[in-house]
Order: sequence, then structure tokens, then C-alpha cells
Amino acid sequence: MTKIQIIAIIGSLFFLSGIIQAIRLKRLKEAYALLWLATGIIFLIVSCWQHAIDKLASIFGIAYAPAVLFLVMLMSVIVILIQYSMVISRQNDQIKNLTQEIALLKQQLKKKH
Amino acid sequence: MAEGEVCIIIPCYNEQESIRNVIQDILENTPDGELWTILTVNDCSTDDTVKTIEATQKAVILDLPCNLGIGGAVQAGLKYASRNNFSYAVKFDGDGQHLAKNICKFISELKSGSTDVVIGSRFCIKHDGFKSTFLRQVGIKYFQWLIKLITGKTITDSTSGFRAYNHQALSFMAEHYPAFDYPEPEEIILLNRNNFRIKEIPCEMRKRQGGISCLSSNRAVYYMIKVSFSILMAALRKPENNKGLTHD
Repeated sequence: MTKIQIIAIIGSLFFLSGIIQAIRLKRLKEAYALLWLATGIIFLIVSCWQHAIDKLASIFGIAYAPAVLFLVMLMSVIVILIQYSMVISRQNDQIKNLTQEIALLKQQLKKKH
Repeated sequence: MAEGEVCIIIPCYNEQESIRNVIQDILENTPDGELWTILTVNDCSTDDTVKTIEATQKAVILDLPCNLGIGGAVQAGLKYASRNNFSYAVKFDGDGQHLAKNICKFISELKSGSTDVVIGSRFCIKHDGFKSTFLRQVGIKYFQWLIKLITGKTITDSTSGFRAYNHQALSFMAEHYPAFDYPEPEEIILLNRNNFRIKEIPCEMRKRQGGISCLSSNRAVYYMIKVSFSILMAALRKPENNKGLTHD
């Protein structure tokens, strides 16, 4: 095992345990953590199995193998960000509905007094 | 419980200059024997809009705790109208652009049953009551073309906020109103997609009496892109499951 491999494995494990700890302490909802967990697992696989990168590079015809790593990371981040946009949009709707309900309730309350 | 027949929804954002006259205009044009409810929706005004409205003692106030923009404010009003079982709802601007004498025309059109929604159009007839900027005219022509392309119907004034809805349409809109920014053109596609009939009625409009337009020129580009996109997306959506609609 090379030095970089050991560092990468330790790094991935730290990352994964950090995510799991955050879920355990209820600082992160499971639903939003799944993509992060998947990213961490991909990190771990790639660190353990070095040839994965080379294999993927040859399959996709990417000349510079480490570029595969960047690609995988970038795709994970993009997918997670899109998920966030969806969550924000939904919350936007929920806040709008709540705001309207509050206004309607305030009006009803005022009418009674 | 029906509170009254017609609910006139006025979304307000900093309209202290004009709102008193608007309410006065509606009161003066209310036909004898008819019960019109003036419903103002205050979208977090930072001026004395609410005090001004309260002082008139003639209007119901819905006070939104967060600023939602015109769409969210209108939807809040439609929810009120729907829950209190109003037969008709009218959307009316708080800045004095719309003339209350036209409301009767709108309501009698809805009462005749020939349409579900009435839109007040500045362009059905030639007149000089409303002066528009060149850029705005280009935009309006463009939306007319886009809506014609999608719905096959000619709507001359798709950005007009002066609209009236019958009970079915207002109940539907209370639930599905495109409650984000600049909802008017998108609303037409949504209504058409769900088989509501839309009719334009010519009506003159005044220049605004106070306040500022939600459409300043530096937002025009955003407006064009956003609204075009919303229209296309609305056209791609399936009709909502609308059990209330009975005509074919």
C-alpha cells in the first residue's frame, strides 16, 4: 500500500464517520445525507482500489486518469446542489402557504374580537 | 357561509398614496343591493398602507407576515374568497390603474355564463387612456404571439392584472395560482390548460396614481426570460385534477 493510499482511506473514513455522526446527532436529515454517504463510499472505493481510476479512464477514453476523479467529484457536487435547489423550491412553497395561512388566521382572529 | 357575492382582491405593497382613492372608487361604483367585499392583501408594506386602509373602515385586511410578491398576495386573497364561498372574485390593482366602473361589466359577463375568467384589456380598442413605453409594447406583442402559439387563442393584454373569476375558476386558482413573481401571462396558460374559458373585455386604464411599478426597466430582461420560460413549462404540465369543473 502506498502512502497516498493510506491517507486517502483514512480521509474517506473520517468523511464517512463525520456524516454518520451528524445524522446520529440529528444535525443532518437522512434524506439529505444519502448523496453525501454515496460520495463518501465512492471515495473509499477509489482509495482502496487504485486501479478503479485507470479502468474507468480507459473505459471512457480519458487520457489523463486523475481527470476521472475530478469528474466523479464534480458530478457528485452537481447532483447534491440540484437536490438542494429542489429542497429550496419546496420550502419556498411551504413558506408561502404558511404565510398565507397566518394572514388568513390573523384576519379571522381579528373578526372575532 | 357566503359572506357576499363579489370579493375584490387588492394586493397592496406600499400603496398609501393611492389606496384610499381606490377603495373610494370601488365604493362609489358598487351597484345598489349588491354586496361587494373589498379585500386588501398587505404584502409587508413599509409605509402606512395598513393604517390608511384601516382608517377607511371599509375593507377587510389580510396581513401577510412575509413579503411574498404579487402572486403570493393574490393567491392569499383567492384562498379567502374560496373559503368564504364567494361567487366571484375580482383582482384589482392598488395603485389606481384600474377603474372600478368596469367591475360591473366583468361580473355581468361572468353571470351570463359565457366565460369563467374575464381579463380587462387595454388593447382591444383604440384609446389614449393608457400610454405605454415602446419596450413594454414590444414585450406585450411578444407575449401575445407566444400565447397564441401555445393556446391558439388571442389574448391582447396578457400582462393585465385586472381580472375577474367565477366560483369554479377562483377555487381552482386559490389552489394552483402560479404564486411567484409576474404570474399574469402564466396564469392564462394554466387556465387554458385546465379548460377554463377566458374572455377579454376592453377597458381603459389610468396612469398609476402613486407607488412604483413592479416592472422597472432594468428587470425587463429578467421578466421576459422568466415569464417565457414559465409559460413554456406551464404548457408542458398535465392539467391538474380539477373535479370542480363541470362544463365541457
